[in-house]
Amino acid sequence: MFMMWTDLKRILRSGFVGFWRNAFVSLASTLVMALSLFIIGALIFLGAMFDTSLTQLKDKVDINVYFLTTAPESEILDLKTQVEALPEVGLVEYVNREKALAVFRERHEDDQLILQALDELNENPLGANLNIKAKETSQYEGIAKFLDSQNALASGDGNAIIDRVNYYQNKVAIDHLNSIIDSIETLSLALVFLFIFISIAMTFNTVRLTVFTARDEISVMKLVGAENKYVRGPFVVEGALSGVISAFIALILFYPLTLWLGPSTETFFGGISIFDYYLNNFGHIFLIMLVAGIVLGGGSSYLAVRRYLKI
Amino acid sequence: MIHFDNVSKIYSDDSVALDKVSFTVLPKEFVSIVGASGAGKSTLLKMLLAEERPTDGAVFYSSADVCSLSKNELNDHRRKIGTVFQDFRLLPNKTAYENIAFAMEVAGKSDEEIESDVPHVLELVDLTEKAWNFPHELSGGEKQRLAIARAIINQPEVVIADEPTGNLDPINTQEIVQILKKINDLGTTVILTTHNKGVVDSLGRRVITLDMGKVVRDDKSGKYTL
Repeated sequence: MFMMWTDLKRILRSGFVGFWRNAFVSLASTLVMALSLFIIGALIFLGAMFDTSLTQLKDKVDINVYFLTTAPESEILDLKTQVEALPEVGLVEYVNREKALAVFRERHEDDQLILQALDELNENPLGANLNIKAKETSQYEGIAKFLDSQNALASGDGNAIIDRVNYYQNKVAIDHLNSIIDSIETLSLALVFLFIFISIAMTFNTVRLTVFTARDEISVMKLVGAENKYVRGPFVVEGALSGVISAFIALILFYPLTLWLGPSTETFFGGISIFDYYLNNFGHIFLIMLVAGIVLGGGSSYLAVRRYLKI
Repeated sequence: MIHFDNVSKIYSDDSVALDKVSFTVLPKEFVSIVGASGAGKSTLLKMLLAEERPTDGAVFYSSADVCSLSKNELNDHRRKIGTVFQDFRLLPNKTAYENIAFAMEVAGKSDEEIESDVPHVLELVDLTEKAWNFPHELSGGEKQRLAIARAIINQPEVVIADEPTGNLDPINTQEIVQILKKINDLGTTVILTTHNKGVVDSLGRRVITLDMGKVVRDDKSGKYTL
């Protein structure tokens, strides 16, 4: 136990001192690692931006069921309960005839002609409707089919209540949107993997070069009879230290950058400012960068030293 | 104590470093291995450290085959042997003090032992003044004295010196030889490889002569003859 503590202390001290004395080489690998972490951080931001805009986009997709003006409210509410029971349905909103009229009037408040025409009618020409949101945009077709079958059943009895379902008018747009959302998700996943791979490769190669410059040192250590942990430990500490420092560098770089980009992202992605995201998720981002830095730096050093240990 | 048993090292058909070499080194002996460059002197020493494996034959240290040692045993084995090289092989990012302390650290010595032993051995090789200098701030002779200090700090059973005077002027050469002699007088086995005639002749100890990878002479108190 005592020995382990002494070993750890010596390895840590040797790592810190080595980092400092090798400042020039350490600086080079720290900068490359900062760049890698910057890429990873940028992916986090981009992912968050896409996520919110996709969610907003998905939220805009819905289907409306328009009922006949003669449809009794109780039957409509029955249907609402049935639709709500479907597993793929997220939210169902019932708009009764009066509310539908109010919404219509509000939408056309600048159009005197239509309002006048409406006033001349003695009764409300609008039917009630249900606004249905699915959990996934791909599930609308199933919901529309269900509504169709319900209506066919009812019309067989001669008391159909549904006037029309607007899914079929919007089908092309919804399908198109679905394929766009799907390809954006696939593409962003592929990009994330590509860039993570690039940053790992970049870091690993830089660390490998710094260890290469120390290969004679490693062989001397081995010939003096040092165990592998004694040779490797300080390099891993140096690498991890580089990782920590580069995490701070990348994190600090994001402050002015997100501040500058904030307003434009707010308009482009709709509603979310990248700067607010940075501030609100600071702890989370900090932790990811720090862990990524330590793992990248320490891990690369661990692997890079390995090949020089076989003496 | 050390026994080379029919050791051959063949890199390729036209590059034979050692050819069936056999000899024994007894405890407390001072052995010089001489021969022209490329005669196989350094290869012999590398095999004793298991830095290289023989193509054929075996190297024994205290009746154990050094090539069959496990990783941990190999580390222990290397700590029993102090090594001095022609090109010094010091750790460039560590001070003189730290270079010696490192050898003690890897041998598992306590901080107290390190603090008491390192200044002592620095004094022995006359480097007390340079304790906090880095290797690149030392002269050739000082570097080699530091390397010797590192080699003997753990009181090894054997010190091997691979052309330790190859890069030094005559005065520094004599100094190094005197230190090695002193180490031997204190009971440590010393194996020295050199092609410096003056050094070998002044020692008057056992000389093994290698030529083209073969032992051609082995004299109890020999001179450098080729």
